[in-house]
Amino acid sequence: MTEMTMIEAINFTLRQEMEEDENVLILGEDIGRNGGVFRATDGLIDTFGERRVVDTPLAESAIIGTAVGMAVRGLKPVAEIQFLGFIYETMDQIAAQAARIRFRSAGNYHAPMVIRAPYSGGVKTPELHSDSLEALFMHSAGIKVIMPSTPRDAKGLLSAAIADPDPVLFLEPMKLYRALRENVEEKRFKIEVGKANVVKEGSDITLISWGAAMAETKKAVQMLEENGYSIELIDLRTIVPLDEEAIIDSVMKTSRCVIVHEAVKSAGVGAEISAIINEKALFYISAPVLRVTGYDSPYPVATVENDWIPSMDRIVREVKHVWELSLD
Amino acid sequence: MNWIEPNSIDVNPIQQLNEQGVLTGETSISDEDKLEVYKWMVKARRFDELAVKLQRQGRIGTYAPLIGQEAAQVGSAFALGEKDWIFPSYREVGACFVRGTSPSSFFKYAMGHLHGGILKEEGIFPVQIIIGAQALHATGSAWADQYKTNDAVSVAYVGDGATSQGDFHEALNFASVFQLPVIYFVQNNQWAISVPYDKQTNSQSIAQKALAYDMTGVQVDGNDAIAVYETMKQARSLARDGKPVLIEALTHRMGPHTTSDDPSKYRAKEGEEEWGDKDPIFRYRKWLEDMQLWSEEEEQDLNASIEEELKQAFNEAAETTTASLGDALGHVYEKPTNRLKEQILEWEGSGESK
Repeated sequence: MTEMTMIEAINFTLRQEMEEDENVLILGEDIGRNGGVFRATDGLIDTFGERRVVDTPLAESAIIGTAVGMAVRGLKPVAEIQFLGFIYETMDQIAAQAARIRFRSAGNYHAPMVIRAPYSGGVKTPELHSDSLEALFMHSAGIKVIMPSTPRDAKGLLSAAIADPDPVLFLEPMKLYRALRENVEEKRFKIEVGKANVVKEGSDITLISWGAAMAETKKAVQMLEENGYSIELIDLRTIVPLDEEAIIDSVMKTSRCVIVHEAVKSAGVGAEISAIINEKALFYISAPVLRVTGYDSPYPVATVENDWIPSMDRIVREVKHVWELSLD
Repeated sequence: MNWIEPNSIDVNPIQQLNEQGVLTGETSISDEDKLEVYKWMVKARRFDELAVKLQRQGRIGTYAPLIGQEAAQVGSAFALGEKDWIFPSYREVGACFVRGTSPSSFFKYAMGHLHGGILKEEGIFPVQIIIGAQALHATGSAWADQYKTNDAVSVAYVGDGATSQGDFHEALNFASVFQLPVIYFVQNNQWAISVPYDKQTNSQSIAQKALAYDMTGVQVDGNDAIAVYETMKQARSLARDGKPVLIEALTHRMGPHTTSDDPSKYRAKEGEEEWGDKDPIFRYRKWLEDMQLWSEEEEQDLNASIEEELKQAFNEAAETTTASLGDALGHVYEKPTNRLKEQILEWEGSGESK
């Protein structure tokens, strides 16, 4: 066991996976000599050389498009998009190429590749650096979407992502890169893709969140517990596949649910979860499912971002609101 | 003044076999291969004619004709090695045939069969619909070969329209920076659906775009199978040494973009006649006949055997059992997610409502 921050865990895992399999290579902008703008790839070029740690020209579509070609031909590329907001540049190569190659070749070709990208607000980045865009990819069949919230989860999920036979988008909350340290096993381990984590059990209300939003959600849970509520907290870990079973089981037990995500409200992942509960557990719930989310605007300027991001206060307020609306 | 001016760039197309079927250059191609190339071109054209007819009869779906581009496609693909990979667009039927695709695969593709997109299990990427996207896949494939020190090249087949796309330029840039064994084979057929070459780019040639990337670029008469073949052979040898190449094959799409458009709406008849005189098959046949390598009788035998083969290929496609939606949904991920399993069951009518 070693104490690691999330960024250390990611760096450690990349090194470990590259040592394990010679076909794993990493590519992206500034990931080599500079070690990545957040140091996720720090030092890897010294160990593995420029052949396996590739500083690419500044071209997002080419980073992903060439990775598709590599992956189909037997390599395991781990590509970095420097900030998730830049991913629009490569939307075709992800959604129309990587995600679809298996389907349109009836399983003959597949692209086992990982796309890593930092996202999330609260760190006062310039425009288009912070957006949470997971819903775009949930809507693009064929790709998996993983969003860890702890160093340990980042390690186990990144190992699983690299081993996964499908293309995986691995979204890293930059706000949590160095926010906490925890003990992480050094030996290789995988956390199953598609399995949510019941962070804590409770009986009154289910709180569902993931990635960056887990930080404020955890604070809210603590505050609510101090106020006498028994909260069940679920960290989804994976957006696609979505652990519907964990969601339904929990909601059937607590009969109330609040979903917290940093992305905008409209057509967000929270809407999908709410619809699932409506379809599969309507008669077990005693209050409408509510969402605490970012507002329906582009990610805002730094001076107002803390009002835009779901805060502990907003989460606590909505949980209490659900409690008040309950039929029983 | 040290200005780099476009008009100082000199681009002259390579031609070996002229419009009259006279060999004006040199070729290393054996007599046996001369005939092979011809047979592939004729097969591509007969397939094309039949596919258009079948589409008009409603027996296959939308089809993108290749007529006029047989020399560019066959000549280039014929120069490749066994382990090389090609990344075709939807119009590369001729190139895919040479690389081992069966005609029934293309019929299946046009008929919307589940396995229609697989043109061969190795060496040919599924046809690309998004213009230019395959330029990057070929680049990545070449990268994989370089990484694994495989002796193979990857070839992206794109059209003139694709050279306006960012992906095309990003691909050339990457290939040059990383010195990848890749060839970008542009069939400049003069039209991107209804938009002519001079409205697609203001460059005098596509070949000259290679200069910006410090790559080798070359323009070749795309209706001359011999020149295309020889150029491709040289390009392949350069690419294997980590020197990527951009080839512009000047040709002409004699038919519509697809069976859904009408070229008379966007192009004049006059220019067409001029291209008719440059027919790639006509000049090649004349050359073979002048060398006493081909006769009218052999032509008739070839056509009869192709007709029979294509008939059988169509029947095979037509008789192929339609896949179920359930089968198709099984190919989204390696293993269907629980959501997909539920949807497959629902589609099969045996879904349990919870």
